[in-house]
Amino acid sequence: MSAIDEQFRKLRSAGQVAFMPFITAGDPDLNFTGDLLKALDTAGCSLIELGFPYSDPIADGPVIQESYTRALKQKVRVDDILKMVGRVSPTINTPLVAMVSYAIVFRHGIQPFLDHAKSAGISGLIVPDLPCDESDGLRALCDERNLSLVPLITPTTAPERVARILEHSRGFIYYVSIAGITGERTQLPAELADNLQNLRSQTSTPVCVGFGISQPDQASMLTDSADGVIVGSAIVRRIGELAHQDRNAAIQGVVDFSREMVSSLKKR
Amino acid sequence: MPHSFLPEPSRDAELPDSQGRFGEFGGRYVPETLVAALDQLEQEYVQAKQDPAFQQELDHLLKNFVGRPSPFYFAKRLTDHCGGAQIWLKREDLNHTGAHKINNTLGQALLTRRMGKTRVIAETGAGQHGVATATACAHFGIPCVVYMGEEDVRRQAPNVRAMRFMGAEICPVTSGSRTLRDAVNQAMRDWMATVEDTHYILGSVVGPHPFPLIVRDFQAVIGRETIQQSQAALGRLPDLVVACVGGGSNAGGMFYPFVATTDVELVGVEAGGRNSQPGNHAASLGLGKPGVLHGSFSYVLQDPDGQTEDVHSASAGLDYPGVGPEHSHWKAVDRVSYCSVTDQEALDAFQLMCTTEGILPALESSHAVAATLKLAAQRSPDEVVVICLSGRGDKDAAEIQRLIESG
Repeated sequence: MSAIDEQFRKLRSAGQVAFMPFITAGDPDLNFTGDLLKALDTAGCSLIELGFPYSDPIADGPVIQESYTRALKQKVRVDDILKMVGRVSPTINTPLVAMVSYAIVFRHGIQPFLDHAKSAGISGLIVPDLPCDESDGLRALCDERNLSLVPLITPTTAPERVARILEHSRGFIYYVSIAGITGERTQLPAELADNLQNLRSQTSTPVCVGFGISQPDQASMLTDSADGVIVGSAIVRRIGELAHQDRNAAIQGVVDFSREMVSSLKKR
Repeated sequence: MPHSFLPEPSRDAELPDSQGRFGEFGGRYVPETLVAALDQLEQEYVQAKQDPAFQQELDHLLKNFVGRPSPFYFAKRLTDHCGGAQIWLKREDLNHTGAHKINNTLGQALLTRRMGKTRVIAETGAGQHGVATATACAHFGIPCVVYMGEEDVRRQAPNVRAMRFMGAEICPVTSGSRTLRDAVNQAMRDWMATVEDTHYILGSVVGPHPFPLIVRDFQAVIGRETIQQSQAALGRLPDLVVACVGGGSNAGGMFYPFVATTDVELVGVEAGGRNSQPGNHAASLGLGKPGVLHGSFSYVLQDPDGQTEDVHSASAGLDYPGVGPEHSHWKAVDRVSYCSVTDQEALDAFQLMCTTEGILPALESSHAVAATLKLAAQRSPDEVVVICLSGRGDKDAAEIQRLIESG
């Protein structure tokens, strides 16, 4: 059982919905990211998704693309990210999930990357460009290290494929709310709640939803249909707007926003 | 030999396998959102391949709209200048729109219509694939959006105008390096949100399965015609076939029908740029390593952290940090040898082709010419070398003038 499984077990027995912020490692620099992780740990987040900047992120909208570009301009390297994580993780309780392109994992060396990530205190991986057809090998290596390889399911995933993905799911299911790229949206698809319910009826693995969710009232509408809510662009945008001029204000802004999201997810 | 777009069976005819693998290369490294569209495309293509009406329509277009077969031409003065093997040219530059790209875009436009999709997107670097896509879409009346790096929009103004005349919408891409790689990224992002009604006409033998297979098959008409024409003109196959390799579509289409014939030597020519330092060339096979880019596992130019490196070539069409997975396979099994020539060598070859043959080749194709000059000089006049002259160079005239003047 990974730290992610343990976290969802606790959340389920307490009847709570997870809030999972996404932040980009190294935007605007790794010290900031370390401080932000510690601050988010006190804001009631259930898990934190840490994005590894990548030069060619095809699933990401402009906000996250630009944050990756900012981080890469600072020459943020995988080793430096994991060093920072290794320093911060013993001081926080929130499990960390790495969002990382397979291009990076492969080039780093799959086993060395996983060993390094594990010893730094990462609990799971989301590899957005590794669909289930290609992921058996990586999942087996993750299992050996008690790392959860979290699969993605989207509205375009065919039913028989959903069944295949669910069978091999670890940690939680990342359900992508819409066919498209990451980014804030004022409206979520009308059929989202039904899609989530349908998915949850087929699995005991927790189902978390991401892509497009940016406001507390959107999140509060999902408390009955999802085990967790993932918010990326709305947070990364706040960091991009503020961090270069006032780091403390940027961290405080993200913490305040996260608290709002956490309280909007409390079941009435 | 029947005139059909389908490749003849060959030793490698079973590749890619059902997972889209050419040996260890290829596959599908894409977001889950795109998998359904790739499955649909694969199924449609498999059906189309077996549908005589589809083949007939494509053959008709290739003959009457594109002007195929393209000529197989003996370059006498270039041969005399070189003083070695006979140099023959496969004249893809004489196709409608001036390059081999139209072979693929017409095929994929037909697939678009078969799938009932009502919108097309494409990426382009130099603009040749963009023009060929805009042309195919105008022919079929399909709305078309072309993603093009902001830097390339500026450098390739004549092609941008041509695309607009054909009714295509040009979307300049301002992210990343603002060139071909970013145009591919942006086209993929568009496709993520529009897969239901949009087909992405990818322009090279790169990307996730089934694109490397489909583009190769549509381009294989080049190699098949060359075999037929060489038999007719010379009574035998050539000894050596040379083609330039960016993503690798003209080379893929030229080489594939020859792959089973092991006594024909095949040489792919990459862009050596200014030098072999990172950022100064685009020689993915020569100087890169296996890795993942744009949905497939193949040779790629990356830094040790897995970030895609900047690339350089005087030729915008070769200015790409990856290469098709089948080329990686051919390199691994040692069926094709890959080399590179520098910007300067390509420019020199361009000028020589102009003055000895009265043919203005594309800068991309000039790379194949430059490599051939070296190879042919070492061979006897009994031997036959074929260059895939993939495109014409009118688009490059202003840039070449600038490069010659700046020395």
